[in-house]
Amino acid sequence: MLRRTIIGLSKQLQTLSSNNVKQCRGIHRTVGVHADEGDDLKEKPVYPGSKQLEFVNQLNFLNPDNEPAIPVYRVMDRKGRIVKHQGASEDPNLDKDTVIKMYHDMTLLNTMDKILYDSQRQGRISFYMTNFGEEGTHIGSAAALTKNDWIFGQYREAGVLMWRGFPLEAFMDQCYGNSGDGGLGKQMPVHYGSKELNFVTISSTLATQMPQAAGAAYAIKRSGKDACVICYFGEGAASEGDAHAAFNFAATLNCPIIFFCRNNHFAISTPSTEQYKGDGIASRGSGYGMMTVRVDGNDVFATYNATKAAREICVKESRPVLIEAMTYRLGHHSTSDDSSAYRSVDEVSYWDKQDTPIARLRHYMVNKGWWSEETEQKWKNESRMRVVKAFEKAEAKKKPSPDLLFTDVYKEMEPHILKQQQAMKAHVMNYKEHYPLDKFEKWKD
Amino acid sequence: MAALNLRRLISPKALTGCRRSLSTTASCKAQSMTVRDSLNMAMDEEIARDPKVFLMGEEVAEYDGAYKVSKNLWRKYGNSRIKDTPITEMGYAGIAVGAAMAGLRPICEFMTFNFSMQAIDHVINSAAKTYYMSAGTVPVPIVFRGPNGAALGVAAQHSQCFAAWYSHCPGLKVVSPYSSEDCKGLLKSAIRDPNPVVCLENEIMYGVQFEMSDQALDKDFLIPIGKAKIERAGKHITLVSHSKFVGTCLDAANELAGIGVECEVINLRTIRPMDDETIFKSVMKTHHLVTVEGGWPQSGIGAEIVARVIESPAFNYLDAPIIRVTGADVPMPYAKLLEDHALPHPINVTRSVKKVLNIK
Repeated sequence: MLRRTIIGLSKQLQTLSSNNVKQCRGIHRTVGVHADEGDDLKEKPVYPGSKQLEFVNQLNFLNPDNEPAIPVYRVMDRKGRIVKHQGASEDPNLDKDTVIKMYHDMTLLNTMDKILYDSQRQGRISFYMTNFGEEGTHIGSAAALTKNDWIFGQYREAGVLMWRGFPLEAFMDQCYGNSGDGGLGKQMPVHYGSKELNFVTISSTLATQMPQAAGAAYAIKRSGKDACVICYFGEGAASEGDAHAAFNFAATLNCPIIFFCRNNHFAISTPSTEQYKGDGIASRGSGYGMMTVRVDGNDVFATYNATKAAREICVKESRPVLIEAMTYRLGHHSTSDDSSAYRSVDEVSYWDKQDTPIARLRHYMVNKGWWSEETEQKWKNESRMRVVKAFEKAEAKKKPSPDLLFTDVYKEMEPHILKQQQAMKAHVMNYKEHYPLDKFEKWKD
Repeated sequence: MAALNLRRLISPKALTGCRRSLSTTASCKAQSMTVRDSLNMAMDEEIARDPKVFLMGEEVAEYDGAYKVSKNLWRKYGNSRIKDTPITEMGYAGIAVGAAMAGLRPICEFMTFNFSMQAIDHVINSAAKTYYMSAGTVPVPIVFRGPNGAALGVAAQHSQCFAAWYSHCPGLKVVSPYSSEDCKGLLKSAIRDPNPVVCLENEIMYGVQFEMSDQALDKDFLIPIGKAKIERAGKHITLVSHSKFVGTCLDAANELAGIGVECEVINLRTIRPMDDETIFKSVMKTHHLVTVEGGWPQSGIGAEIVARVIESPAFNYLDAPIIRVTGADVPMPYAKLLEDHALPHPINVTRSVKKVLNIK
């Protein structure tokens, strides 16, 4: 019995460090019992619901500081030159019209942002949020989706709507809350929505769109439609509890959803170094069991490629994908913010000059011979004229009918609400000289 | 089929069998059913009727529900219709709202409404307000349901009544059923309603049996949201209540009938939109009013009723001030004797009635 034990033990002893080996031999000689030494060759860790695991007998912590950071995928450099990888390029080789549309939409958005930001400063609209520096994340991702794919945004995704054909007038009408507004004047500026374009109305509460998007993806999966959901959010919003629940649910419920994080490195004044301690948002993906990629958000082609591939995974395999698009917020958080209070003007200027999605795509197009100084100047004038025209039209429109104050609280008008609506109408009609009715659309009869 | 084996009432399948036999007999005897089973029946019927309806919540599937309200549903319908969720009310309420936005009709169960506070942002900001804020483009046909208010020996964080909280918000409908019939009819209406509806059940009532008429057993039996029910007609004083405390009022009314006081007991059934017309009519008849609820007094359901009565023509018909009978204004204590005294009993109602009527 003892001899068999010695043989069995010596096999294990070979795997131990020399110190341990000496100790074990000592034990063996003095105590002569083999049962105290474990046999990890025969046992395997099998826990209900766990992945295939292995035992280790040396204590080692996983140190995130020693883990390599997830690399950033890009297709072109800052001068718009395609970067070759092992001789091959990942240029999606989109046709000229598509690329020009990408450029047009990014610059039109940029121009619209400038004009609407100024209009807030002039007191014409109450509030505005610009998209400066992040146009590439919008256009690159939007171009890779189909119009049946649902969009849940945070508030800095106007370019996605623009790509889908939301007209300039519609953006302006919403900001003005006038009678042309699809939102019937019920939401503050930049809270766009469009049922036809499958863009769910923006809601101010941060990150709530994330579990909603996962739930919608679940519903879409059940319907069998060839569609997915894309959910945009910032790196700051990813700190919300809702984000955790959304990731976890999307994975456990096998939802066809793309979680698209715009990491613009600022959450109002909070820099990303204070927002998280780990390797950005991408490092969290595998923790939830999600396929993940980190891309250069200022490279419109890299964003396009990643989103296209992600969509394929979502729809074919019915599982969520996390894309972290690295970019930089050039503008202030909103018109209520002045970012010079918390970051240097030099830093902003550096990014503005060295790395914007618009400049990069322009370089690419110039290299391809599709764009020139002349076309640039022409387009600048035309786009500005378009925006100004739409702006003037929006400003001239009347406000929506006061009736609309009471509609859509419930699907059908409840009697107590109808009473209030009628009471208000009666009152205003009685004292109409005190109310600026000429600025509003007529009451519906 | 006069004598029914009550055990068979546990399975809704058995009930269908009973129904078929009942319709061929000459005399129809009403069946009795617990509140729990009537809720189960409501969900079962609606899930069978509409492929878009599904139930999600903690422990609702194989465990049959923390309070067994979803018993056998998972066995019958499987994972695609009865979904267990990880422990995050905030998370799964958001998921359910998103699913509703995309066309499904979720029933989102909170193990108790106390835990809904974790998710209240989704109930109010994602569900209630969205139809309005999206100008009618994003409907949210969702039901949030679960036990609310008084329970037994579970202390303050498990015993709060949320009727006042949820009824405060426009865009939400709030129902608070009392009997088995209420539960079945109102939950079915809530599921079929295209608006977000909060259905406040009561855990203590789950095991209570009520008679169910043939009509109530029908698979299309609905109780309209927004209509109160007069449980007992009377001419001397109006008692208005909701949920479990309707029973308290009925008990007090029985006692008071012994001394010749006839109470009219109104079961609100729906808190929002509240059927104040029924209350006004009753007060104009009886000239006296006492409200009874389990929730706290400040800004409660009683306060709302009193305000509305005073603003209405019924004010002129009041012969005495109104009294509100409510839960004690403290977080619910744990010790049994203290808990007992923190909630209204029939004696509190009878004392208030006597005070209002100025009788000893």
